Amino acid sequence: MTEFETPLLRLIPLLPLLGAAICMFAASTERRPLAKIVGPGSVLVAFLLVLFAIARFWQLEEGHSLVDLVSTWIDVSPLRVDLAFRLDALTSVMLLVVAGVGFLIHLYSLGYMHDDPDLPRFFAYLNLFTAAMLVLVLADSLPVLFIGWEGVGLCSYLLIGFWYSDPANADAGRKAFVANRVGDAAFLTGLFLLFWSLAAAGSPTLAFTDVNRLAPELALRSPGIVTAICLLLLVGATGKSAQIPLYIWLPDAMAGPTPVSALIHAATMVTAGVYMMARLSPLFVESPTAMQVVATIGAVTAVFAASIALVQRDLKKILAYSTISQIGYMVLGVGVGAFAAGVFHLMTHAFFKALLFLGAGSVMHALHGELDVFKMGGLKRHLPITSKTFLVGTLAIAGVPPLAAFFSKDMVLEAAFMHGHPVLWLLGVIAAGLTAFYMFRAYFLAFEGESRMDHEVEAHVHESPSTMTIPLVILSVLSIVGGWVGLPHGFLWGDRFGRYLEPVLAQAAHGAHAEGHAVEAGGATPLLLMLVTTAVAFGAIFAAWKMYARPSTVPDEMQARFPRIYDLLWGKYWVDEIYDTFILQPYAAASRFFWKVIDASVIDGTVNGVASFFGGAASAGRRLQTGNVQHYAFAMLLGAVFTAGVYWLWR
Amino acid sequence: MEHSILSAIVWTPLLAALVVLAMPTRSENVLRSVSFALSLVPFLLSLRMLQLFDPTVGTLQLNEHASWMPSLGVSYSLGVDGFSLWLIVLTTFLTPIILLAGWHDIEKRLKEFLFFMLLLEWGMLGALASTDLFLFFMFWELMLFPMAFVIGIWGGPRRRYAAIKFVLYTMAGSALMMVAMVYVVLRQAAATGRMSFDILSLYGTPLTYTEQLACFAAFAVAFMIKVPMVPLHTWLPDAHTEAPTGGSVDLAGVLLKMGAYGFLRFALPMFPVAAQDAFPYIILLAVIGIIYGAMVAFPQPDMKRLVAYSSVSHLGFIMLGLYTFNTIGITGSVLQMVNHGLSTGALFILVGYIYHRRHTRQIAEYGGLWSLIPVFSALFLVVTLSSISLPGTNGFVGEFLILLGAFRAHPWAGSIATIGVVLGAGYMLTMYQRVVFGPVTNEANRSLHDLDLREVGALLPILVLIFWIGLYPKPFLRRIEPTVHVLLDRLHRAGASRYMAGEDSHPSQSLGIEAPVGPRAADAAGTVHP
Repeated sequence: MTEFETPLLRLIPLLPLLGAAICMFAASTERRPLAKIVGPGSVLVAFLLVLFAIARFWQLEEGHSLVDLVSTWIDVSPLRVDLAFRLDALTSVMLLVVAGVGFLIHLYSLGYMHDDPDLPRFFAYLNLFTAAMLVLVLADSLPVLFIGWEGVGLCSYLLIGFWYSDPANADAGRKAFVANRVGDAAFLTGLFLLFWSLAAAGSPTLAFTDVNRLAPELALRSPGIVTAICLLLLVGATGKSAQIPLYIWLPDAMAGPTPVSALIHAATMVTAGVYMMARLSPLFVESPTAMQVVATIGAVTAVFAASIALVQRDLKKILAYSTISQIGYMVLGVGVGAFAAGVFHLMTHAFFKALLFLGAGSVMHALHGELDVFKMGGLKRHLPITSKTFLVGTLAIAGVPPLAAFFSKDMVLEAAFMHGHPVLWLLGVIAAGLTAFYMFRAYFLAFEGESRMDHEVEAHVHESPSTMTIPLVILSVLSIVGGWVGLPHGFLWGDRFGRYLEPVLAQAAHGAHAEGHAVEAGGATPLLLMLVTTAVAFGAIFAAWKMYARPSTVPDEMQARFPRIYDLLWGKYWVDEIYDTFILQPYAAASRFFWKVIDASVIDGTVNGVASFFGGAASAGRRLQTGNVQHYAFAMLLGAVFTAGVYWLWR
Repeated sequence: MEHSILSAIVWTPLLAALVVLAMPTRSENVLRSVSFALSLVPFLLSLRMLQLFDPTVGTLQLNEHASWMPSLGVSYSLGVDGFSLWLIVLTTFLTPIILLAGWHDIEKRLKEFLFFMLLLEWGMLGALASTDLFLFFMFWELMLFPMAFVIGIWGGPRRRYAAIKFVLYTMAGSALMMVAMVYVVLRQAAATGRMSFDILSLYGTPLTYTEQLACFAAFAVAFMIKVPMVPLHTWLPDAHTEAPTGGSVDLAGVLLKMGAYGFLRFALPMFPVAAQDAFPYIILLAVIGIIYGAMVAFPQPDMKRLVAYSSVSHLGFIMLGLYTFNTIGITGSVLQMVNHGLSTGALFILVGYIYHRRHTRQIAEYGGLWSLIPVFSALFLVVTLSSISLPGTNGFVGEFLILLGAFRAHPWAGSIATIGVVLGAGYMLTMYQRVVFGPVTNEANRSLHDLDLREVGALLPILVLIFWIGLYPKPFLRRIEPTVHVLLDRLHRAGASRYMAGEDSHPSQSLGIEAPVGPRAADAAGTVHP
C-alpha cells in the first residue's frame, strides 16, 4: 500500500483540542461569547479540513492512503509505537460522521444549552471529546487508538456527570467509566498478547497495517491465540459499544445533557467498538470461533435491548436501549463477516439516531425537561418541525423503504442469512419488528393523539430555536438519503459503499463462506429476505398504531395478562441488580474485610504485638515507648561501629 | 566542576540546611524564601548533570572516587546511571515544589522543619548517587531520621506512633541488610584478599547458592519494607497519614522508590541467581499488592490513607515490572517510579491544600467542591487521571510497558495485574466524585477560597511533566534503557537467564503465553561463579 505523507492529518484533532483549551479558559474567566464561537467553530474548521483531506485522498489511486507521522511515542526495544495518523477509506467514512454530525450537534447545543451558566465548560468537554474521537478514527496503531479510546471514555464520564450537583449524574458517569475500564482492561490484554505474537512472528509493532498483514501468519502459527486476542478485543468493544455484558452503563448515561446523548451515546463513541473490529477485520476473519461469538453477541443484544425498550416510559431511555439494539446489528454485521454492512449501518445510525436524540432534546426543551411519553401527546400541533423530523427518524429506524436504515439493516440481515447464520438472521428480524413497534409507540404517544400534559407545561410549549431545528432538518435529509450509497446488488448503482471500503476491509468469503454452509449469492433469496423484513416492520408499525395512536385498552390488557414478562422487561431483566449483588457488593464487603480485619487486625496486630512483646519483655525496652528516636539512632550507630570494630580486630 | 557534579548535587542540600540553621528565626518569610532559593541550587545542578549525562552509556558515569577508610575498603564513590538519573532529578525537583506548596503549612518550629527537609534531601541524594555500599548504607540510614522527625514533630494526632512504627520497620530491615552486607564484603575479601565496598566489585562476589539465597533474602526484606510490599506495608498508611504534606510528598516521591531502586542496584546484580529464583514469591507479593492495595484503598474515609494504599497498589506494579526481567518491563518500571513520584506527590500536595483550609482529610467532610473551587477541582482531575494511567498522561506509558513486559514473562500475573487498572479507576474516581461532585452538603466548605497563584505555580511543573512524559516519553526512556541492557547482560552472564524471555536475543521463543518453568531445581546448590 503506497502512502502519502501529509502534515494535514494531525491538524484535524488538534483544532478541537485547542478549542477545548480555549473554552476551558473561557469557562474560568466568564467569557461566554468566546466559547460560543470557538466551541462549534473549531469543529466546523476541523470538518472543512476533513473535507479537504478526503478530497486529496480521493485523488490517490485505490488502496493508497494518507499518513502523518508526528513523532515516535513509545520506543523501548523491541517495542516501537509511532504517534501516527492514517486516512484510508474506512477512516474517511468515520471522519465524515464524527466531524459532520459532531458539528451539527455543537450547533444544536448553542440553542439547547443557551441558559446554562456552565456553557463554556460544556463546549470544552464536547470539543475535547471530538478531538479524542478524531484521534481514535485517525490512529494508525492500536496504542494510539487507545489514546482516543480512553479519551472518549473520559469525556463521556465528564459529560454524563456534567450537572454534577446531582449525585445520580455523577454516579452514572462513574459507572460508565468503570464499565468501560473493564472493557479496556480486556482490550489491553488482547493488545499485549497481540504484540508478543507479532514479535514472535518477527514484527514487534502494533500498527494496523502490520497487524492486518501478518494476521494469516499468526493464525497459522497459533490459531488459539488469535481467537483469544479477538475475544479479548471483543470484550473491549462490548464496553465501549454497550453490548452484552457491559452495556449497563449506557441507559444510565442518559443523565447527561441530551446533545451529549446524541453525539457520544448514539452517533460516535459507542460505535468505536464496531469501528475497531472493522479496522482489524483481517485479524477477526482468521478466527471463525471469535466471529461466531461476535455475531451471536450482536444478534442477542439486538433482541435483548429492543425487548426492554418495549415497555419503557422515558423517551431517552427508549432511545438508549434502541441504541444498544442497533449497535447489536452492527456487531452482527461484523460477526458474520459483512464488515462493510456493519460500517454502513454505523453511518446511517449516526444520522437517524442523532436526529431522534436531538428531537427528544427539542421535546425536553419545550416541555421543561419532561421525558415520560405518557405525559406528552399531541405534540405535533405545537412542535411542527420537531414532530416531522422525529417521524422521519422513526420511519428510518423502523426500516421503511427507501429510508436509510432500510438499506443498511437489510444488508446486515441479508449477510447473516447468506453467510450461513439463519438463527441469527431470525433474531435480527425479530429485533427489527420490535424496533419498529417501540419507536412508533414512542412516536404515537408523544406526538399524536390527545394531550396528556400538565396544563402548566402545555401553556409554555414552544418550538425550538433555529440553531436547534436546522440540525434536525439536515439530519432528516441525511436519514432519508444516507442509505442510497449502498443499494442492493444489481439495483441502479448497487452497493457503492461496500465497493468503496473493499480495499480496507477483509472479505467475508474468507470467514463464514469457508465453512461450507453458505447460501449461493444472487437469485431471488435477497429480495425475499428484504420482503420478509419489510413486512415485519410494517406489521409492527400497524400494531403500534392500533395500540397507541388512539386511547386503547390493549396495552393495559397485555400488561395484565403477562405480568411476569412485563415486570421482567420493566425491570430490565434485573441485570443491574444481579451485578450489584454478585459483583459490587461482594467487592465492597471484601474491601472492608481486607481493611478492617486483615490490615488493621491481623497484620498490624501482629506488628504491634511483636513491638509490645519486645517492649514489655526487656525492662530497658520500656524506652521504646518513650518514642525517642535519637535512642534508636544511637543504637544503630553503636551497632555499626561494633560490627566494624569486631571485624577489624578479628582480621 | 564537571567531574564533581554529583558531589555538588549531594552536598549542596546539606550546606543549605546548615545555612538555614544558622539564620535567625525572627522572620519566617525570609527563612522560607532563603530555603526555597537554596533548594533550587541542587535542582539546577541536576539539570547540568542531565546535560553531562551520556544517554548512550548504560554503565555508571560521572563517577567520582576518593579514598575514605582504606583499611576497611570504604571509599567515597559516586556515580549515576539510568536507574538513578531520573530519581535524582525527581528528588531535586520535588524539594523546591514542596517548600513552595507548603509555604504556610508549618506553624511551629519552622526553621527546624526546613532544616530537616533539606537534610532529608541530602540523605536521599546521597543514597541515590552512592556507588559504595558503605556510603549507600550511611545515607540510607541518614534518610530515616529527618523523615522520622518530620513525622514525629510536625505530624498529625498519631504522629508519635507513626514515627516509631516507621523507624522500627525500617530499622528491622536495615539490620538484616547490614548483616548481609558485612557478610558479602567478608566473602569478597576472603576471595580477593582485599576489602572493598565498591558495588561493582561486590557484583562479582563468589557465593554458594545457599549464601546467595540468605543474603538476597536479607537485602530483599529490607527493600520490601521500603517499597513497601504486602504484608510489610502497614507502616506506610500511618506514616503517610500523619506526616505533614512535605513529608508525605518526599515519602511517596522518593523514599518508597529506594526499595525498588535497591533491588535494581544491589539485590539483583549482587545475587543474580537467588534473585531470579525468588521470582515466584516476589511476583506473587507484587500481584497481591496491586489488588490488595487497590481494594483496601476503596473504602478508606481519609484521603491521605486512600492515596497511601493506592501507593501500595502502584508500587506492586513497579515490582512486577522489575521482575519481568525484560527490557520493556524494567524500563517501564523505572519510568513508573518517576511517574508515581509525580502523580502521588501532586495528589498529596492537593490534599494538603484543602487540609490547610479545612483541617480535615475526611472525604465525607467535602462534596460539591467544583462549584466552590473550580481551579482546585480541575487540577485534582488531571492528577487523578494521571494516577489512573489515562493514555496521554505519564502513568499510562509506565503501566503499559510494565504490563506488556509482564505478559511476556508471567502472563497470568500480568492478567491479574491488569484487573488493578480497573480497580484503580474505581477507588480514585469514587474519591474524586465524593469530594468534587454532588451538592455542597457541608456549610463549612462555602468559605473555601480557590487556589492562589503560588499554589497553582507549585503544581504547574508537575502538570507539565505529566503530559510531557505521557506524550513524548522518549527523552526519559532513552536514558533508562541502556542501563537496563547492562543489568540484563549482567544477569545473563551470571547464569540467571532462564526467565529472561522477551529479549531481542530470543526471537525464537514462542508466544510467551505459557508460564515459565518452576523455581530452580535442587541441582543448583553448587557455587555460582560469575
